[in-house]
Amino acid sequence: MEKVFINSIGSISTQRTFDNNDFLEEITTYEDNIIPAIEPNYKDFIPPAAARRMAKGIKMGVVAAKIAMEEAKLLNVDAIITGTGMGCVRDSEKFVTAILDNNEQFLTPTSFIQSTHNTVAGQIALGIGCKGYNFTYVHSSISFESALIDALMQLKLKEAKNILVGGVDESGEHTNAIHELIRHIKPEKINTNKLLQSNTEGAVFGEGANFFVLSNNKQNSSYAQLLDVKTFNTLPKSELTTNLVEFLNNNNLSADDIDVLISGNNGDVNFDNYYLELTEGPFKNTQQVYYKHLSGEFNTASSFGFWLGAKILKTQYLPSEISLNTIKSKGFGIVLLYNQYRGKNHSFTLLRQC
Amino acid sequence: MSDLKQELKEKIITQLNLEDIAIDEIADNDSLFGDGLGLDSIDALELIVMLDKDYGIKLTDPKEGKKIFESIEVMANYITKHRTK
Repeated sequence: MEKVFINSIGSISTQRTFDNNDFLEEITTYEDNIIPAIEPNYKDFIPPAAARRMAKGIKMGVVAAKIAMEEAKLLNVDAIITGTGMGCVRDSEKFVTAILDNNEQFLTPTSFIQSTHNTVAGQIALGIGCKGYNFTYVHSSISFESALIDALMQLKLKEAKNILVGGVDESGEHTNAIHELIRHIKPEKINTNKLLQSNTEGAVFGEGANFFVLSNNKQNSSYAQLLDVKTFNTLPKSELTTNLVEFLNNNNLSADDIDVLISGNNGDVNFDNYYLELTEGPFKNTQQVYYKHLSGEFNTASSFGFWLGAKILKTQYLPSEISLNTIKSKGFGIVLLYNQYRGKNHSFTLLRQC
Repeated sequence: MSDLKQELKEKIITQLNLEDIAIDEIADNDSLFGDGLGLDSIDALELIVMLDKDYGIKLTDPKEGKKIFESIEVMANYITKHRTK
């Protein structure tokens, strides 16, 4: 079995993360319940003629992928695998609204063409001329991890050498309105620094695109080694610890070997207790961090957590703003990520310093 | 007629997301496709829908579009003659 390395990253998020030389030096705090991505100047990355039909999610995905490709010093890859929970939701909203407004007449093609979930992976492939494997996973909050598992298997089995993997989701006005109505978004605007003290139901929604070149060749730009990923559609809280211990054992590790736990807490009073099961259980003596006060919640927010883990392992630095407890590790060798959304679609991801 | 030409330029810029082009950069006789504005086949479909929705003109033969969408001048003349709304 080949080893798998994260050779490069590209991130557009609700923080200023598109510059890979920067690592959360300036953290943006929001007072809201829906937070927007901080975008680069897209004209620096995409020709205007190509960009004019792209909605925000496509632009974020294409540019994050481009940043990752440049850092890996690659012009092409063997495969492009993306994960997205809602796909190109803005264009979907646009053409469905047009259907209703125009009584099913006068439907224009652009928003329909661009609305499919695999548009981002397709546009990236068109941009770099990649005729290889192109796949998009749409599995709610394990969409990104599903893409990771696919890439991990292909690389471990030497079916590919370099794979571009990413998670992308954009915020859509109508979709957010529905999520507010059903209280999946917090009813109140909140200072994101106080997210975990909110004691209310729902999350602060965000958006973003995080892309990575995974490879079985380690290079100077490498961030970390990806050891393993496991997902569960359903996992009762009572079985969480047992399954996690088993996952670690399968990788010849125990809870004591983990230097940092990256936890997906989103401040939802009804579901953050899953994280407590770990943070107050087997990892109570482990350094713990969280990130959804920086990224917001969305189906592929865990790709931001993955970005964070890769950055911590490469830089051996951890910004104090993401600390969940006061324990400090001596160094950062192994990072474990745990994420779930509304008690479903759980994922464990294991990274090691390389 | 000049009002209609102005209106068409505004609609083309907005509906086809030509963010970097100003109205006064489109001359009445500029080619809309190819070397001119550089529109493509998807834009042609958008323009066909626009003619139907905004001016009540249904193009049954897509080949007609090639002539009608030659320039703003040609489009405006065609709309003036055939519009039903």
